[in-house]
Amino acid sequence: MAKIYSKKELASKNLKPKKEVVSFLLNYSQALTVVKVKDKSFEIIAN
Amino acid sequence: MADLHIPDALLVKNYIEGNETALSILIKRHESKIYGFIYSKIADRDISNDIFQDTFIKVIKTLKSNSYNEEGKFLPWVMRISHNLIVDHFRKTKKMPMYRETEEFSIFSVMSDDSLTIEGKMIVDQVEVDLKRLIEELPEDQKEVLVMRMYQDMSFKEISELTDVSINTALGRMRYALMNLRKIIDKHQIILTN
Repeated sequence: MAKIYSKKELASKNLKPKKEVVSFLLNYSQALTVVKVKDKSFEIIAN
Repeated sequence: MADLHIPDALLVKNYIEGNETALSILIKRHESKIYGFIYSKIADRDISNDIFQDTFIKVIKTLKSNSYNEEGKFLPWVMRISHNLIVDHFRKTKKMPMYRETEEFSIFSVMSDDSLTIEGKMIVDQVEVDLKRLIEELPEDQKEVLVMRMYQDMSFKEISELTDVSINTALGRMRYALMNLRKIIDKHQIILTN
């Protein structure tokens, strides 16, 4: 008997991440400063 | 909606220069594509959110440290980061275990095909046909109850209503039907197994 290998399409165009995740990312981006000293880079997160 | 006209490359440049709103435009523009891509592989909302977050943390760090140099290819670059994180996730959770066949370990000890063999299928078919023939031999009232119960999956209450007898009579007919089937099978020494 023929096997069905196709699965239901999981991807949907309307899927979006949680608002909390996006707002965390924006806050994180604002707080983060990366300072490069010679070959090393330092991440500074402001509170 | 002026945001729509600013190309990704320019937004990335603005963001590197310190314009934080550029990042929010970039996220808004691509969030559903990236999140949808992650979800299509992970199929779990919470884990997909985590991977989405980790992806953009990486994006932010790379952009802020001025290590980004793929102008005009922002989305493919972000997709590749999320793809790598998805692979990492599966590695961590060992959802894709890999087995190698060795002398002591046979791959078939962890793999099996539970479906019936061709012979098994033929036996099952034959048993079903034989059983139906035996049922045909039963008296009409018993046959009726047995068919309704076993093949049409009706309850005894439904059967009793449909055949216009009490539940006890329907139960009794079922009992006699089974007893008679056993008798026929014993008498003719029929073997019904698979």
